[in-house]
Amino acid sequence: MFDIDKWQEIYSTIGKNKLRTFLTGFSVAWGIFMLIILLGSGYGLENGVRKEFEGDATNTISINQGVTSKAYRGYKPGRFIQFKNDDYDFVKSMKDIDHVSARTRVRGTSIISYKNEYGTFDMMCVHPDYRYIENLTMISGRYLNDVDVEQRRKVVSIGRLVKDALFKKEEPLGKYIKIGSIPFKVVGVFDDPGGDRDLSRIYIPISTAQMVFNRGNDIDRLSITVGDATVEQSEAIVDKIRNDFSKKHHFDPEDKRAIFIWNNVEEYQKFMRLFANIRLFIWVIGIGTIIAGIVGVSNIMMIVVKERTKEIGIRKALGASPESVISLIMQESILITAFAGYIGLVLGVGLLELVSKNLQGVDYFANPEININVAILATLVLIVSGAVAGFVPAKKAASVKPVIALRDE
Amino acid sequence: MIRLEGIHKTYITGTNELHVLKGIDLHIEKGEMVSIMGSSGSGKSTLLNIIGILDNYDKGKYWLDGDLIGKMSETKAAQYRNRLIGFVFQSFNLISFKNAVENVALPLYYKKVSRKKRNKLALEYLDKLGLKEWATHLPNELSGGQKQRLAIARALIAEPKIILADEPTGALDSKTSLEMMDLFKEINDMGITVIIVTHERDIAAKTGKIIRLKDGIIDSIMDNGERKKWLADQVMA
Repeated sequence: MFDIDKWQEIYSTIGKNKLRTFLTGFSVAWGIFMLIILLGSGYGLENGVRKEFEGDATNTISINQGVTSKAYRGYKPGRFIQFKNDDYDFVKSMKDIDHVSARTRVRGTSIISYKNEYGTFDMMCVHPDYRYIENLTMISGRYLNDVDVEQRRKVVSIGRLVKDALFKKEEPLGKYIKIGSIPFKVVGVFDDPGGDRDLSRIYIPISTAQMVFNRGNDIDRLSITVGDATVEQSEAIVDKIRNDFSKKHHFDPEDKRAIFIWNNVEEYQKFMRLFANIRLFIWVIGIGTIIAGIVGVSNIMMIVVKERTKEIGIRKALGASPESVISLIMQESILITAFAGYIGLVLGVGLLELVSKNLQGVDYFANPEININVAILATLVLIVSGAVAGFVPAKKAASVKPVIALRDE
Repeated sequence: MIRLEGIHKTYITGTNELHVLKGIDLHIEKGEMVSIMGSSGSGKSTLLNIIGILDNYDKGKYWLDGDLIGKMSETKAAQYRNRLIGFVFQSFNLISFKNAVENVALPLYYKKVSRKKRNKLALEYLDKLGLKEWATHLPNELSGGQKQRLAIARALIAEPKIILADEPTGALDSKTSLEMMDLFKEINDMGITVIIVTHERDIAAKTGKIIRLKDGIIDSIMDNGERKKWLADQVMA
């Protein structure tokens, strides 16, 4: 392998046919380049979607109110299903469930202010467990806790952007902000991977909201997390909730409009399956492109062998074994593919890096990247394809009869 | 050194069969200088190919340096050629993109001699053949005579026991041809068996023994001494 003479020989034959070698190499480089770009884009798409999901935990199920569309046990259709606090207690008592939170919204935007700073922000009225559903991390202070809910405390946990807008550089913990005209004590500032919209929120205890904003016992939505349940397990939970709620709220369990259940586990799995398929598809296309490159290299090596038939004959007359001839051709082929492919690899990764730098904040596309495993795999593919490309021509070269050397052309 | 018994060779191209050698019996001793003559199609090149293990034969027996050369693998044949035989061709068959030293050193490369050693040896051989100052030149920068001397240096470097030359003077003018024959004579004086295929009488006349082929069989074998005597007799008569 590390035979200087062989390398010199390969170098000199490549030097003699610069254009041809370049064109051959180009087809391989192009193949790898396309594979990298496709794979990178695939990952970018996948990362983007993953990021969208990251805003919330991927194992959540949310239950939303709806309007019945079927008559059931004497109840007319068109009835609005209103969740109450006891629905929360009911879901909380179910097994296979990690965290539960109810949520209620206060209708009409309330202006939120601190001293002379004003703003309108999304206000979420929830249970402490909501933190796990939204995947929140605390920057300072704490989130809501059970005592806040029990004692209907007027406390608020605010998003990073809310803090920036109202408090600027000031320390918010312990200060009071006004929601409408009612003061709430800031107990924490949180971060949310979900992005700007999720960061412009404030959270207050649901019990406080029900009291202060006259919501009675009403709940708008229930959210739960189901641990590491599989898709099947999550579907079983969804079915059970639907059945139990249908008994409790008197609607037909077949009535899909009475309540809406969004199963994130299933959706997430759907996306992941989709991406697995996209990746497979990309590999198939990529490998196809590389095969086209291989055929190109093989073709060129075939011509090289044909052109060098007499030279190979001379070498054989001088004592070259078939193995040495095979290794000469194979090495040249592997060198061309590996080198050209490497250039394609570098260019592809470079382009992805460039795109990734200039494409911040685009929805559903983030960090198009090639991980080290893929790069290693691609390199292996290159070497193997070089060997494959060189194999047939090398065999042909080895079968050249030394008599050829004596024959005048 | 070389013993051939009843060698037959037939080329089959499509439905045509061409019986080229029809039973050759030949014995060439170590250190002989022999020429093979014959009109084109007489089988002289085929015979040389078989002797050089560049081609196989169909029937008969061939001993080279005491070993029976039968059907053997390409690798084995390559080893034999590398160890025992040096080739000189009519069209020189130098490798065009390699310079003089590299061309001469090539057989040693296949003998797995180290790079340093084989370049040193190649320079020595170039010096012997008066080509030292052309060492780094490419073949196409040399004259015909220089090319053939380069080819001879290449044939000699692996210290073969036999030199096989196929029309070595075919592409050279008569003056250079005679110089070349003197060179072959010198090589022969070193104890190397030399076999030259030629169709030129005056080239053949420089060898010790002339083998004439006709239609695939040996027509006559003549010692040069006898030939001179025969020529003299002709003049006398």
